[in-house]
Amino acid sequence: MASSTMAGAHDHPRGLRRFLFSTNHKDIGTLYIILGSVGGVIGFLLSLAMRLELAYPGVQIFPGLAEALHGADPSMALDAGKNLYNVFITVHGVLMIFFMAMPILIGGFGNWFVPIMIGAPDMAFPRLNNISFWLLFSSLVLAVISMFVEGAPGMKGFGGGWTFYPPLSSNTGSPGPAMDFVILALHLAGASSILGAINFITTIFNMRAPGMTLHKMPLFVWSILVTAFLLLLVLPVLAGCVTMLLTDRNFGTMFYDPAGGGDPLLFQHLLWFFGHPEVYIVILPGFGIISQIVSTFSKKPVFGYLGMAYAMVSIGVLGSIVWAHHMYTVGMSLNAQRYFTLATMVIAVPTGIKIFSWIATMWGGSISFRAPMVWAIGFIFVFTMGGITGVVLANASADKQFHEGYYVVAHFHYTLSLGAVFALYAGFYYWFPKMTGYMYSETLAKANFWLLFIGVNIVFFPQHFLGLGGMPRRYIDYPDAYALWNLVSSCGMIFVTLSLIVWFYAIIEAFMRKRQAGANPWGVGATTLEWTLSSPPPFHQFQVLPRITGSVR
Amino acid sequence: MFNVNRQMLTRGALASAVAIPATLFAGFALAQVEGQPTPGGLGLPNMVTPVGLGTQQFYNMVLMPIISFIALFVLGLLVYVSYRFNEQKNPIPSKLTHNTPLEIVWTLIPVLILLFISVPSLRLLAEQVEVPESSVTIKVTGNQWYWSYKYPEDQGGGFGFDQMLKPESELQPGDLRLLTVDNEALVPVNEVIAVQITSNDVIHAFGVPSFGVRMDAIPGRLNQTWFKIEKEGVYYGQCFFICGKDHAYMPIVIRAVSREKYNEWLAQSKQKFASADSRVRVAAESR
Repeated sequence: MASSTMAGAHDHPRGLRRFLFSTNHKDIGTLYIILGSVGGVIGFLLSLAMRLELAYPGVQIFPGLAEALHGADPSMALDAGKNLYNVFITVHGVLMIFFMAMPILIGGFGNWFVPIMIGAPDMAFPRLNNISFWLLFSSLVLAVISMFVEGAPGMKGFGGGWTFYPPLSSNTGSPGPAMDFVILALHLAGASSILGAINFITTIFNMRAPGMTLHKMPLFVWSILVTAFLLLLVLPVLAGCVTMLLTDRNFGTMFYDPAGGGDPLLFQHLLWFFGHPEVYIVILPGFGIISQIVSTFSKKPVFGYLGMAYAMVSIGVLGSIVWAHHMYTVGMSLNAQRYFTLATMVIAVPTGIKIFSWIATMWGGSISFRAPMVWAIGFIFVFTMGGITGVVLANASADKQFHEGYYVVAHFHYTLSLGAVFALYAGFYYWFPKMTGYMYSETLAKANFWLLFIGVNIVFFPQHFLGLGGMPRRYIDYPDAYALWNLVSSCGMIFVTLSLIVWFYAIIEAFMRKRQAGANPWGVGATTLEWTLSSPPPFHQFQVLPRITGSVR
Repeated sequence: MFNVNRQMLTRGALASAVAIPATLFAGFALAQVEGQPTPGGLGLPNMVTPVGLGTQQFYNMVLMPIISFIALFVLGLLVYVSYRFNEQKNPIPSKLTHNTPLEIVWTLIPVLILLFISVPSLRLLAEQVEVPESSVTIKVTGNQWYWSYKYPEDQGGGFGFDQMLKPESELQPGDLRLLTVDNEALVPVNEVIAVQITSNDVIHAFGVPSFGVRMDAIPGRLNQTWFKIEKEGVYYGQCFFICGKDHAYMPIVIRAVSREKYNEWLAQSKQKFASADSRVRVAAESR
C-alpha cells in the first residue's frame, strides 16, 4: 500500500487522453453510460417511428422515411418503406439490448460501483477494461452502418428481427453485406462482453477488501458476478452460432441450409442458448440495483440476504436451461415441450422470492420516497406484471395462441422496457449524486418517473389485448379491427417522449445548479462503501484498503 | 412524399376523432364475428376447434384469474407498505431481516400454484401435439409472400393452388383489408384435418387464432398440426413469423363447409387447378 508513490505514478490525465486511453474504472463507466444513453436515444427514436406508423392502419410514414434515409426511388418507396420498418424493428432490438441496457447496467454501473463496493482501488485488468469499451463502440458503428448497406435484394439494411433466423439472414433472404456487418458487430460486442466478464469475475474474486467475504458483498456485486458468469458461458455460443452463419453466407458451408444437410433449427437452438440467458443478463443487474435502493430508503438491511443472493444464482442456472421455450412452434417433440414448460415455470419461484423479499425489506422500514425509491417501487410493480405474463407464456399450450404475437411483445417490454429501464433509471438517480457530486432536482426526477410510468403503461398494456385478439408482431400494417388499441398504444409515446425530455433537462439542471450532494445524501440507510467516499469519489480510491468488520450490506 | 403523408395523417386524425368512440362502442356492443378479429376486442377470439376451446378455457379459467390475483396482491402489498411504513408514520425502522417460516411459505405457495397450472397445461399440450386420426390431410407451403395449398389425390384432391392477398383496390363490400384472399382453402366441418406445413424459402408461421393453431413453416422440415372445426364459417389467419418485407401481407383463409359442399368444391377445383402449375397465379378466375 505505497499510496503516495502510486498516486504520483498515476496522475490525472486530462481531455482526450483521459477518456480515449482511460484505464480508470470510473471514467470507463462514465463512457459506457454515455454510449448507452446514445444507443438508447437512437433506439427510442426508432420505436417512435414504429409507433407513429402503427397509430393508424395503412402504411403512412415509412415510404417517406425510406426516401429520406436511403434515397429510395419514389416508385419503389412503398417496398423500401416496408423493408425499412423491418430494419427498424431489428435495429431497435439490437440497440436496446446490446447498446443501451447492457452498457449502462453492466459496463456503466458495474464498472463504477463494483470495485468501490468491494473496497478495491480499480478493476483487476484496467487496460482490458478500456479495450472492452472501445470494442463495443466499434460494434455500435458497425451495427449502424448495417442499416445503410444492401441486405435483401435491392433493399438497404437487415430486417429480420434481432434473432437473425436463417434462411432470412442467410443468402436466401439477405444476400447483401448488411447481415455481415451485423454479424461482425455481434462478434465485437461479444468479445467486449467476454473481456468485461473476465474482468468482473477476477475483480470480485481477488480484489475484495480484507473482511469482505462473498457473503458480505452487496447484492449489486452479487448480481454482476452472476451476470458475468452467464456472459462468459453463453457469449461463446453466440459467437459460434453467428460465425457459422458467416461461413454459410460467404464460404459455402451448409450449417443452416437444409439443401446441404444443415438445419435452420440448429441456429435457433444455439441463438436461444445464448438469447435466453441474455435476458437475465439484462435484468439481473437491475435486481441488484433495486435491492440496494430498497434497503437504503427503507433504512433496513435487505430481507433474506442469502435467499436473495442465491435466488439470483438459481435464476442464472435455470435461465440457462430453458432456451427452447422460445421455439414452442417449431415442431418439437411432445416431451421436449413438456420439459421446457415445467423448467420455465420453475423460474417463477426464485423470482417470486425476490419480489416478496423486496416487499419484506420495506415492511417495518422507515421509507423515504426519494426519486430512486419511487423508481424502485415502480420497478417491482411493472416487473411483476411482466413476470406473470411470463408464467402464461411458459406454458407451451398457451404459447401456441400467443407465439410471435403482441402478447409476447407486451410481456417482454414489461420485463425489459419497463423492468430493466426502471431499474436503470433508479440506479441512475441513486448514484447520480455520487458520480457527479451534484444533487438532481427531486421534482424533475419524479416528473420523469410519472411521465414514463404512465407512458409505458399506455403503450404496452393495450398490446396484451392486441395479442389476445391475434395480432402478429413485426407487422407494418394490420387488419382494421386492431386499430383502436394500436392508436391508444401509440398515444402513450407522447408521455414517453416527454419523460425523455424531462430526463435530459434534469441532468442539465443538476449540472447548472451545482447543488453539492456531499458524501452521503441518503442518510443512515446507505451503508455500502461508495457512500464513505467523497462525491465524486477521488480519481483513485481506497489507497488504504478499508477493513470490513461488521455487516456492510 | 412528405406532403402527401402529412395530409394522410391529418385526414386520419380527423377521421379517427369520430371513429375511435364509435369503434370503442362497436367493440363492446357488437357480438364478435367468428373467425375474424373483433374491433377493439379485449380477449381471446371465439374458438371453433376443440384445441382452441381448450386454450380459451385454460387461459380464461386458470391463467387469467391467477395472474390477475397475483398482480393485485403485489400491488396491494406495495400500496400498504408505502402507506404504513413511510417515514412519517414509522420513523424508527425495525431490524427484521429473517423469518424462515415466511420464506418457506413464499417459496412453497408459488410451487403449488405452478403445479396447479401445469396439470391442465400439459393435458392441453398433449392434445395439441398428438394428431388424431384424420380424414383430410392438406399440405401448406409458405412462400415469400403467399401460402400454397395441396390436396392429396387419394382423398379426392390431386390439385394445388396459391392463396394470395386480395389487393386493396379489388376489395368488395364485406371483404377485410389485409385478410381477404383470392383462393380460399376449403375443409369439411366436424372432421379432423391434418395440416402438413413447410416452406419453400425462409421461415414463415401458419397461424389461425380461432383454431388455437400456430406452427412454423421451416424449409427442410415437414411440421404437422391439426384442427377440427366445429362450426361452418370463414376463418382468417396470418403469417406469424417475420419473413421479409411483405410479412404483413400473406393472410390465410380457411372456409369450413359441409362434407357435400366440400366434395363439390374438390371436384370443381380439380378442374380449375388441374392445368395450372401450382406456381401460376389463378386468381383471376376465382370469383
